[in-house]
Amino acid sequence: MAFLELDRVAKQFGAQTVVDDFSLAVGKGEFISFLGPSGCGKTTTLQMIAGFLDPTRGAIRLEDKDLAAIHPAKRGLGIVFQSYALFPHMTAAENVAFGLEMRNVSRAERAERVRAALAMVGLAGYEDRHPRRMSGGQQQRVALARALVIKPSVLLLDEPLSNLDAKLREEMQIELRQIQRTIGTTTILVTHDQNEAMSLSDRIVVMSQGKIEQIGTPQETYEKPASAFVSQFLGKTNDFAGTIDRTATPARLVAGSWNAPAPAGLSGPVTVSIRPERIGFGDVGLSAKIVTRIFQGNHWLFQCDSECGPAIVIRQNDGKTQPVEGETVRLAWRPEDMSVRGGVSA
Amino acid sequence: MSTAADERNARAPWALTAPALMLFVGVLLIPLAMTVMLSFHDWGQYKGIEPVFILKNWHEIATDPYYAEMFWRTFRIAILTTLLTALLGAPEAYILNRMSGRWKSIFLLVILGPLLISVVARTLGWALLFGGSNGLVNKLLMSAGVIRSPIPFMFTETGMVVALAHVMMPFMVLSVWAALQRLDPQIENAAMSLGAGPITIIRRIIMPQIMPGVLSGAIIVFSLSASAFATPAIIGGRRLKVAATLAYDEFLNTLNWPLGAAVATLLLVALVLIVVGSNALIERRYAEVFR
Repeated sequence: MAFLELDRVAKQFGAQTVVDDFSLAVGKGEFISFLGPSGCGKTTTLQMIAGFLDPTRGAIRLEDKDLAAIHPAKRGLGIVFQSYALFPHMTAAENVAFGLEMRNVSRAERAERVRAALAMVGLAGYEDRHPRRMSGGQQQRVALARALVIKPSVLLLDEPLSNLDAKLREEMQIELRQIQRTIGTTTILVTHDQNEAMSLSDRIVVMSQGKIEQIGTPQETYEKPASAFVSQFLGKTNDFAGTIDRTATPARLVAGSWNAPAPAGLSGPVTVSIRPERIGFGDVGLSAKIVTRIFQGNHWLFQCDSECGPAIVIRQNDGKTQPVEGETVRLAWRPEDMSVRGGVSA
Repeated sequence: MSTAADERNARAPWALTAPALMLFVGVLLIPLAMTVMLSFHDWGQYKGIEPVFILKNWHEIATDPYYAEMFWRTFRIAILTTLLTALLGAPEAYILNRMSGRWKSIFLLVILGPLLISVVARTLGWALLFGGSNGLVNKLLMSAGVIRSPIPFMFTETGMVVALAHVMMPFMVLSVWAALQRLDPQIENAAMSLGAGPITIIRRIIMPQIMPGVLSGAIIVFSLSASAFATPAIIGGRRLKVAATLAYDEFLNTLNWPLGAAVATLLLVALVLIVVGSNALIERRYAEVFR
């Protein structure tokens, strides 16, 4: 049984549909990411779960109770906002204690839980600091402690790491994941950062223009993207135009000078989608000329001009000699590494 | 790295601010100093102003209870006006801030509009509505039989406070509104998600954060009300004088310039002390919110 369930949820602002037909079942303790470009409706969906917005259609259920009937203040969800939304006139401890105060937790228990929550996010000793005197990372930790101290049934994170610098963000990602694993709170993260979504979540909901493009584990969405949008949005990808030739025996999938046995059940023009790190340089395959070669430490990035249009290739820096700029190469990949879209059923 | 260039650089700010500085000194500091000096001069019905140094005027103000009454009335009216504008203006600004785009700009104009109209016209409006038995509202209520005699408004402190509060309201609303602008737009949602009801949100989250705005608005309203002239002159006239109208009368009716100067100086000094003192208090109290 789903712990948190969104059933064909939609949100309209006037004539504009911001979220449409959003259905998702979240299991208890699961870490879900809503991933998509800005304006795809991911924050709107989060706000509907939080209760700041009412869905135009559909229902949201938490443990089989319809959330529409429950006032946002009574839903008992923990929310971390992009801007943190800390109370600037209160100290870190007062900020964290606020939710407990609202729940009439006794003073002694409150002090103990606030101390524990701040210690959990690594802010022991910062109890009496005011938010304005803390760094962005510290404020973010206070916001997390404030949301977690009330033992929320679901933790909602609205782009919580987007205001931090790259290094701190990576640290916080690891920490966030550890905390979530330890206390096992069901978590929904809204983000536009695919790395963040992939490194944190159990499942990713890829969204575009208010609709779900794909729901799957990070690996599934990356390896088996359900649409061109997903493959483009999650990492770099090469899309080559190919055709499936059923006149040959056995039938073959052809893209330029590269060909492979045709997948069953398709024919006609198709799009072959292949990740740059799955392409190798070989003796046969798509003919291409290397335009630029960029060294990036642990890997090389090649931009090639192939017979099927521009292509990107990533090769591990494993010490072997790599082709140079201007060199003509052949691009090849294993059929199981690509995904084929389009075509008609044959 | 030459010294000459350094010297020139050091002189540049002075040269650049010189025009404004001269204007400031010429039209503010010098007249102010002359007014202070004037307050120590002697005056007689037949001899006019005598440029000597005596404490006669100050002694008169300090000992005659008439002046004490004037000043107490002035500050009483200013404090009540400040309270009234805060009580009405802060919620007004909060509601304004919660309005959606179009309505917000319309009502902001409604609130600021009165600033475009002369204080005299605005105060005379009150006089037209409540001025004795000829006042519009009084006439209406009397003919409807709701009241028998006109509502006392003219020449009363209540009337003065009401009219001043009306005149000063935009300053309070703007000041609180500026404080509201600094609020995190998600802060109410954050408090709500933690289980706070609407009253708790306003009392525990919004109020403490806009308090600096309310207080700085209060300082503006208080100092403007205490030194206001037009409104007290129209509503209070000669019958109900405040410090500003008193100084005016000494200058232009009694022609006792030195006494008028002493009243004006005392008002200025008292106001400066109150404003600077409360400002320092506020800044210390709200250091965390201001930072």
